[in-house]
Amino acid sequence: MEEKIMMAHGSGGSATGELIDQIFDREFSNSTLDQMEDSAVVAGAGQIAMTTDSFVVTPAEFKGGDIGRLCVCGTVNDLLMRGAVPKYLTCGFILEEGLSIDLLKRVVHSMAETAKEAGVQIVAGDTKVVNGIGELYINTAGVGFVPDGFDIAAGNARVGDSIIVSGNVGDHHAAILSERMNIETDIESDNAPLVDIVKNLLDGGVDVHTLRDVTRGGLATVLKELSGQSKKTFVIGEDKIPVTKKVADFAGLLGLDPLYMGNEGKLVAIVPASDAQKAVDIIRHSKYGENAAMIGEVREDSDGRLIETTELGGERELDILQGEGLPRIC
Amino acid sequence: MSDCQEKTGWFINMTIEEVKDGLKNYDGPEMNIMEVCGSHTGAIAKNGIPGMLSDRIHLLSGPGCPVCVTPSSYVDKLLDLAKNPHNCIVTFGDLIRVPGSTKDNLSTARGEGARVEMVYSPMDTLDLAGKDPDATFIFAAVGFETTTPVYALLVDEIVRNNIKNIKLLTAIKTMPEVIRYLMESGAPIDGFIAPGHVSVVTGTHIYEPIARDFSIPFGVAGFKGPELLAAIYGIVREYGHGVVKNFYPSVVKEDGNPEARALIDKYFEKYDAAWRGMGQVKGSGKILREEYRYLDAGSLGLDADHKANPACCCDKVLMGKIRPYDCPLFGKVCTPMNPQGACMVSTEGSCFSYLSNHRKDK
Repeated sequence: MEEKIMMAHGSGGSATGELIDQIFDREFSNSTLDQMEDSAVVAGAGQIAMTTDSFVVTPAEFKGGDIGRLCVCGTVNDLLMRGAVPKYLTCGFILEEGLSIDLLKRVVHSMAETAKEAGVQIVAGDTKVVNGIGELYINTAGVGFVPDGFDIAAGNARVGDSIIVSGNVGDHHAAILSERMNIETDIESDNAPLVDIVKNLLDGGVDVHTLRDVTRGGLATVLKELSGQSKKTFVIGEDKIPVTKKVADFAGLLGLDPLYMGNEGKLVAIVPASDAQKAVDIIRHSKYGENAAMIGEVREDSDGRLIETTELGGERELDILQGEGLPRIC
Repeated sequence: MSDCQEKTGWFINMTIEEVKDGLKNYDGPEMNIMEVCGSHTGAIAKNGIPGMLSDRIHLLSGPGCPVCVTPSSYVDKLLDLAKNPHNCIVTFGDLIRVPGSTKDNLSTARGEGARVEMVYSPMDTLDLAGKDPDATFIFAAVGFETTTPVYALLVDEIVRNNIKNIKLLTAIKTMPEVIRYLMESGAPIDGFIAPGHVSVVTGTHIYEPIARDFSIPFGVAGFKGPELLAAIYGIVREYGHGVVKNFYPSVVKEDGNPEARALIDKYFEKYDAAWRGMGQVKGSGKILREEYRYLDAGSLGLDADHKANPACCCDKVLMGKIRPYDCPLFGKVCTPMNPQGACMVSTEGSCFSYLSNHRKDK
């Protein structure tokens, strides 16, 4: 019979200990975590970046990824967006009674593999068990070290800068929706740690003004927010935005706009025009950046506008995602 | 083959650049052109078309968003049905946040414990009902000619398999009757962009009597930018002429899809449906035929229409009398997260489209 999570696994007693030993520590083991102290004591740096994020995606496993890979990528990528080198993660698991232990093992294994890929250690964790229908939720917090002299921030875009996206948009959103709707596609989530892209950009001497990962709300929401934070007008070209035909067709079927569909392994970089081609080349030669493209420019001071020049030759002004992005009915 | 034919599949012998020039530099009589399909409203904004037209050509959004034209009593009835713990309301996503005559909607009902399932195909109701035979599943069948064939298929399955625990609450509307109603009520419209998907089922001929009676041109359009531009240009060229032109011939046939219509006619019959803000419009809807009415959850007589917010102008917007931004609530009290009227809820709604695309064209 399939092993399931029971309330006893959250009791703090022997069942909890078993869960920690046999699943979490087995996968995450490192000299800090193995001490099993109430808090992890780790080496520090001058400036640290901190972030936290919670992951509640259903289904927990989907084409191209799972909640374990996602919860490492999400937090690692948030650290990277300030130019930090991600170092340590903590994780809090909320497990619902009835969760398959096999599923938990796969998710934890995936977390460990992704952490290894991203070069971070998981140094502290917690588990709670609650009533429910056998789902799981994970919170991760992360710490990264920011090298001296770096100032990468949302408000730093300057007039004349180029706007770059590191790859095709909409894949994660399409993968999750197709699972939920039982639509057969082979679209895979793009969930990935963007360590290589950011490291190569900074090592390559690109004067990066702004980085932002393209998650919920999609590319348009992210760019509109950045335009507001830097008080500039951003202009992007519809024909320059990389979208696979599969995702475009999927979006068309449901009446969704790929510009508003989320990713979990893409970033926007805003760099001086003089560095733009170099930045695109560097990203394209980095892991997960092969489809990078220059999609627009920072045009003028304003209170934050996002304009798209359409393939047809018109213009439309874009806003952040409104509502929930529900598929149309007709 | 010209550039434009390659891109649009239409048949005026012009390039797309010539069409753009023609529309930008048009200096004939002022024209109000209404698109009656919500997907067209979205595609017009997405392609940035309003800014590509002469300021003598005005685009109006019509009553083509299914949830937008559904009267409040329909939502009230759904909410009432949702209160019964044995019932599960099955719906498309668009309807979930549409207010009835109060601020309540299916989302708030769900928060209070009602069972509401969102599906992407009406046929998913069969699975739900099969897994839970003790509950009654009520499908909220809202839509136009486009979705009606699928509702007919669902009814067909229910009837053939004698399924006891699925019912439909219908608000099914048909386009030609409401277009005629708009013209008869004096709406200032000089041409129609006829819906693409609806016309796949109905064919193009259904618009011909209206075109003739009111001397206005219809252009059946697809949803890509060049297809829409071609249709608008075609309509502009036919100003004052009662003609129907098909600018979407790869998909839409003159006679439409007779098989789909036969299936619809097997289970549904015409009735005088009520439209939000317009009241009953003669013959403008479909309802289950008498012999299948036992599958109906109470759709007849849902004509009353009360605004959740008395200042809401959805009715005037739907009839092309005002632009969304002319409504005093637009973007202030009424936003997609806090909609006061249905036109702000659906992504097909004209208020939603104008707000999310910052449209300000007159």
